[in-house]
Amino acid sequence: MSSKNYTSTTNACKLCTPLGASLAFRGVEGAIPFLHGSQGCATYMRRYIISHYREPVDIASSALGEKHAIYGGAANLKKGILNVMKKYEPELVGVATTCLTETIGDNVPMYLKEFHDEFGDLELPEIVEVSTPSYNGTHTDGWHGAVRSLVEQLCTEKAEYDGSVNILPNMVSCEDVRHLRDICDRFGLKSTILPDISDTLDGPALEDYVKIPSGGTPIESIKKMSGAAATIEFGRCLPGATGGTSLQKAFNVPNHRIGLPIGLRETDNFFDKLEAISGIDTPVSYERERGRLIDAYVDGHKYVFGKRAVVYGEEDLVTGLCSFLAEIGVDVILAGTGAKNRGLGKAIKDVTKGVARNEPEIHEGVDFHDIAERAGELQPDLLIGHSKGYKYAKAWNIPLIRIGFPVHDRFGGQRILHLGYKGALSLFDQIVNAVLEKKQADSQIGYGYM
Amino acid sequence: MTDTILDERKDQIHRTGEGALDMACNRESLAGAVSQRACVFCGSRVVLYPIADALHLVHGPIGCAVYTWDIRGALSSGPELHRSSFSTDLQEMDVIFGGEKKLEAALDELIDRHSPKAAFVYSTCIVGIIGDDLEAVCRKMTEKKGIPVLPVQSEGFKGSKREGYLAACKAMFKLVGTEDTSDISPLSVNILGDFNLAGEIWIIREYFRKMGVEVVANITGDGRVKDIGRSHGAALNLVQCSGATLDLAKMIEEEYGKPYMRVSYLGIEDMADSLYQVADFFKDVDPDIVKRTEELVRDELSKLMPELAVMRKDLEGKKVAMYVGGSFKAFSLLKAFRHLGMKVVMVGSQTGTPEDYAELERISDPGTILVDDANPLELSAFIKEKDVDIFVGGVKERPIAFKLGVGFCDHNHERKEALEGFVGMLNFAREIHSSAMSPVWQFAPRRAKRRKEKS
Ligand code: SF4
Ligand code: SF4
Repeated sequence: MSSKNYTSTTNACKLCTPLGASLAFRGVEGAIPFLHGSQGCATYMRRYIISHYREPVDIASSALGEKHAIYGGAANLKKGILNVMKKYEPELVGVATTCLTETIGDNVPMYLKEFHDEFGDLELPEIVEVSTPSYNGTHTDGWHGAVRSLVEQLCTEKAEYDGSVNILPNMVSCEDVRHLRDICDRFGLKSTILPDISDTLDGPALEDYVKIPSGGTPIESIKKMSGAAATIEFGRCLPGATGGTSLQKAFNVPNHRIGLPIGLRETDNFFDKLEAISGIDTPVSYERERGRLIDAYVDGHKYVFGKRAVVYGEEDLVTGLCSFLAEIGVDVILAGTGAKNRGLGKAIKDVTKGVARNEPEIHEGVDFHDIAERAGELQPDLLIGHSKGYKYAKAWNIPLIRIGFPVHDRFGGQRILHLGYKGALSLFDQIVNAVLEKKQADSQIGYGYM
Repeated sequence: MTDTILDERKDQIHRTGEGALDMACNRESLAGAVSQRACVFCGSRVVLYPIADALHLVHGPIGCAVYTWDIRGALSSGPELHRSSFSTDLQEMDVIFGGEKKLEAALDELIDRHSPKAAFVYSTCIVGIIGDDLEAVCRKMTEKKGIPVLPVQSEGFKGSKREGYLAACKAMFKLVGTEDTSDISPLSVNILGDFNLAGEIWIIREYFRKMGVEVVANITGDGRVKDIGRSHGAALNLVQCSGATLDLAKMIEEEYGKPYMRVSYLGIEDMADSLYQVADFFKDVDPDIVKRTEELVRDELSKLMPELAVMRKDLEGKKVAMYVGGSFKAFSLLKAFRHLGMKVVMVGSQTGTPEDYAELERISDPGTILVDDANPLELSAFIKEKDVDIFVGGVKERPIAFKLGVGFCDHNHERKEALEGFVGMLNFAREIHSSAMSPVWQFAPRRAKRRKEKS
């Protein structure tokens, strides 16, 4: 079922590790991501991220040249941090390695220790480092790795218990994070969402160019995560060790690992956890949202039942989508991700049990060539994932429902809401409408009343 | 303002009219400066990317390949192999034990699958470190597969984009001279350094067709391996823009004695000039060509000028800043903006040479800021200082302008709008006009505040 041994990759269904780390670092207040490597990586990633979020994305680089590649990058790393301090006055520098510095064997933790020794008399920002070789994982590893590093390197002491909840939301949209924050607020729960990209990657028009956009998880809050009542981390395909497990291990903060709350049941799970942690019932407004969602499911079920979908992208997003699609009667026939060994098959089985009428083919560690080759035979009605599937949707003349990262060929990718009852409702509307639109377009008569 | 510029970068910035020009350029980007620049690999990839019937295999970990997947607007009139992203996606074991085997297998697999006319194999940083012998693998695969398999030595850390151009030219030069040239007209050119963004090369080819000039090879927009193979048969090479392919023209001149000429298809003056220069070159072979060219230019201008005049009324006096890859393009843009009655107040480039900056200083107004290898903080400071209305740049610059409430024109390899030729000038003017004149700027905080202060 899972993929062959790879010789070549065509149109990868994954991104590289430091990109995920950079995105996560962008969700910390006062932080600037810093890639230890040659200039090109940082520039390419900035460009890639900018075209999704349409926000300035400053990622510094140690800009290694040939001699550094040979003699090591320590000097440039230190100089680079000093320059960034001078220009950006960051509260935190998030250092991620690249393939180059991993391969030449740069010992970043040691360099940073030296840096602290050498420049201890300056007012230094927090410096958090994460190892992110791309030949060993995907951008989601970079994301989770950075989150874990943030927790482990900043939250080093037991903070006073404050009854709050830590939420590690996984790679979701800015709008999703805003929604999560609202939900916690209405539960009366103090929350620390890490990272919080809701403002830093979707900010307002400004009078001035700010060096580091406002918003993001405050460093102080990260330091106090050890005092929370519990952690909820989203993801059924997470690595064994995460920010959540670290907090549990070091400070006994109970860690609840649940799937991304996409669709009714996974969102119910999330609200159950919030009820348990807060000790209060789900606020009425969400009961109503839930009710509206079920109402919509009922109203629209005939349009989508039995439609065949191919879903691809980040492993946890794919899992969440499969859960949701199973609920509405859409048959996922193929689920693909560029990540490997993350238990995608089991995760999907778990979330669709008792609801789905079929089991999708699972393809881990695949590229679009493979997905397309197989999907071409399976003849799906819908393609669900990020923009990179467009080429195939066009070739097969089927709708592409854009979700996740990157959304490069549409506007507002950072504002797509897919979490919670509300997110499920907007996803559902979108899918039903895509089906109707296709039906209309394919019809000779073109019914104006569907 | 001064604190936005790091000391080590001060000599990469110059204001025209203030002292002698002594720009430092062609330097490695400064660590921690958040340069807008990419890498050697990027330079090679930009140049070779549009060769549509070749396989472009990136030997390295996945990112380098993925970030360059179909990001450019380079169109093809036929095959579209260039629009896919191929990579060896090196994994840990490959890094430890070397990636040559995997590269070989990948080439084997991909060449069989796609039957390309040639394959370009790009080395990335990591390949330079683990020391894979690209040359040897390529030689072996050339023999095995019967097509040219060409190594592109583009390890990212070995310099900037400019070195990448050279690596690309070296790779292409191996194709030159491999095909028959006997049926090529004496009135013939190669178009070098154009990438057929949004079909621009088709506009230019049409001009040459009307002039009676045969285009032998497009290098590299809408490019074909076979055409490059016979490009040494063309009488003249036309190198456009910043000279990404200048090295190739020089190699052809040296080896085959074919001269080259630098041209630009941007803006009215430079477009017309370029065509006249070509006509002039061929006038001994075909005296009529001058007349045909004049007619062509007159015809195009008569369509274009009235439309420009209308927009010029709105745009008169508005201020422009630009940050481009190569500075040759900046020369043309500067003149094009003058046609619109606009004032250029800042020009920056990623890869300008001392000669380029000297030329920029010569043609720009006093007080213009010239900057080499800028970064977001500097750019935003200049935008504010000069209070510009329009910024010209690439995707990474766009949000900087937009955050500050400044109009933007995308003028790099990713654009999807044809801006070359006379019709391109019209598109360009329309884009500038529609951005500068949009009512939305009134609401942007910085502008709104200024309006309030004024009233
Ligand atoms: S690894 Fe090297 S070649 Fe690849 S993007 Fe980074 S700098 Fe460029
Ligand atoms: S070298 Fe590694 S980190 Fe840099 S772009 Fe390539 S895959 Fe990403």
